[in-house]
Amino acid sequence: MQLTLGPLLYYWSRQATLDFYAAAADWEVSTIYLGEVVCARRHELRTSDWLALGQQLCQAGKTVVYSSQALLESGSDLSSLRRFAKEGGLLEANDLGAVKIARDLAIPYIAGPHLNIYNGATLDWHQAAGAIRWLPSLEASRAAIVATLAEAKLPIETEIFAHGRLPLAFSARCFTARHYDLSKDACEFKCIEHADGQLLKTREGQDFLRLNGIQTQSAACHALIHDLASVTNVGASHLRISPQAQFTAEIVAAYAAALAQPAAATQFDWQRINPEGLVNGYWHGQAGICRKETV
Amino acid sequence: MPSLAPHLPQLICPAGSLPALKAAVQSGADAVYLGFKNATNARNFAGLNFTDSQLKSGIEYAQSQGREVLIAINTYPQAGRTAEWQASIDAAADLGANAVILADLGLLEYATRRHPQLRRHLSVQGSATNFEAVNLAYEHFGISRAVLPRVLTLPQIEYVIKNTPVEIEVFGFGSLCVMAEGRCILSSYATGESPNTHGVCSPASHVQWLPKGDTLDTRLNGILIDHFEKDEPAGYPTLCKGRFEVGDASYYAMEEPTSLNALSVLPELIRMGVKAIKVEGRQRSPAYVSEVTKTLRAAIDAASDPRYSVKPAWQQALSKVSEGHQQTLGAYSRPWR
Repeated sequence: MQLTLGPLLYYWSRQATLDFYAAAADWEVSTIYLGEVVCARRHELRTSDWLALGQQLCQAGKTVVYSSQALLESGSDLSSLRRFAKEGGLLEANDLGAVKIARDLAIPYIAGPHLNIYNGATLDWHQAAGAIRWLPSLEASRAAIVATLAEAKLPIETEIFAHGRLPLAFSARCFTARHYDLSKDACEFKCIEHADGQLLKTREGQDFLRLNGIQTQSAACHALIHDLASVTNVGASHLRISPQAQFTAEIVAAYAAALAQPAAATQFDWQRINPEGLVNGYWHGQAGICRKETV
Repeated sequence: MPSLAPHLPQLICPAGSLPALKAAVQSGADAVYLGFKNATNARNFAGLNFTDSQLKSGIEYAQSQGREVLIAINTYPQAGRTAEWQASIDAAADLGANAVILADLGLLEYATRRHPQLRRHLSVQGSATNFEAVNLAYEHFGISRAVLPRVLTLPQIEYVIKNTPVEIEVFGFGSLCVMAEGRCILSSYATGESPNTHGVCSPASHVQWLPKGDTLDTRLNGILIDHFEKDEPAGYPTLCKGRFEVGDASYYAMEEPTSLNALSVLPELIRMGVKAIKVEGRQRSPAYVSEVTKTLRAAIDAASDPRYSVKPAWQQALSKVSEGHQQTLGAYSRPWR
């Protein structure tokens, strides 16, 4: 089982982003997903910066994959994606337009979690189209993933989103800009002030969601650290850790330790690492916000 | 009456029942879209939708009036149960539907192989927001039409149209999804059931209306979505249209309860070459379908006149049936940018 570092979902300063990836070069992850996946207006790193960063991480021994935005709308969104595909090699497609671009260039792709693969026939279609790996939808239960793999006829690697706030929805509208009464076109890049997004609570104070520009996330952190036995025997080859502003290195180390020695899962102070709380409902076929104790 | 001018877009209206289908046809819809009474349907609500025999008579009636029936099989087949979705495609073909509206690639492939003569439309749930995505579905599955998610601006819609041979359908009126359709699992995060997996959003089975003295709380699976004071009109607790707290502010953090109304941009949509205008609302009553269809029919027929303007009577008619009695141009307008 290999660990991967998922794409950065938040908007950090250029220096913070470069520092994060400089550190990640030494983490126990085989693969690093790069690129801006949420909003094309975010520009602390440009396409050429991401490509240069990718080269450095390749030299550090990492497999580098460029992730597409989940909502590709404009002509420039498409052209920068073509450049990643031509110059960078591996793509994670989170939109059918990205699949088209990978296919046209005959490069392999990773079918991302936003492509809506819920059954074997669709998974086989992607494999035949050039997908070498897939991520189930974030809402898929373990049982649904097992059933999809049982239905599929073609071999493919499976990567599971194991740890991170869940990217639940994408909109035309920017909720961060809306919060500041700004229009999306003149948002003053307010996302950069919220390194882990903005918490959204119910009016009785329950943590519920997290605003991250045009993306809406779970407030809580989805975590399969206590379910690793049932994760590994699904047949997954890769586990994804999603970046957060602090403690990502410790999360990677925790998963590496727990994969090597299951008892290690309980040794980490999750209250400190993810004070927003851990949930795993989706994995168990429940509402994603639920937490099922498995230890 | 249906549009006679070939350059005018088709008016596509919803039907959750046979009376709604008849109301749509009698009010001037060019086509009616509907779904089966099962999990293949993205409006899989209790008391709605069509059995095979209702569908048969609905199709006979609509086609006898020169209108089309499009069958939406637009949830994602859940692994292990794919046969149910395939059987629905077979049934749509056998019943003589004019087209099927699909989102799942595996199902599109099945329909293409098994029923090549049955027209295929890419559902809004397929989340195709750019021409590359539309063209992928065209090359592989020969789709003749794609329904665009309600996230694109008018220039973005025009850019898609200019770069694809596929007919483009957009929403003209109805409840507004603020998220990109097919890319939202907020509902399953809160309840375990989503549009993609169960054909429902913020399902009624998980809703609680809890009066407290003069006030009312609405909850979804126990999560407080909104709280209404004595004189506030209470709305259904659709998750993204509740009031929440962000920082120090308490407000509609995502979207107010509101309906999309594209009447004012109809001439622009027609000029760009949009081939069909869709009305949302298979969960709504025949009276809603009738009112909205008549209004949109009149507006589309008038929209190619250079002196076109939105008539106050149309606005009033649509306002009565709008969510929260509010309307917006959504992503079509600048304030959303």
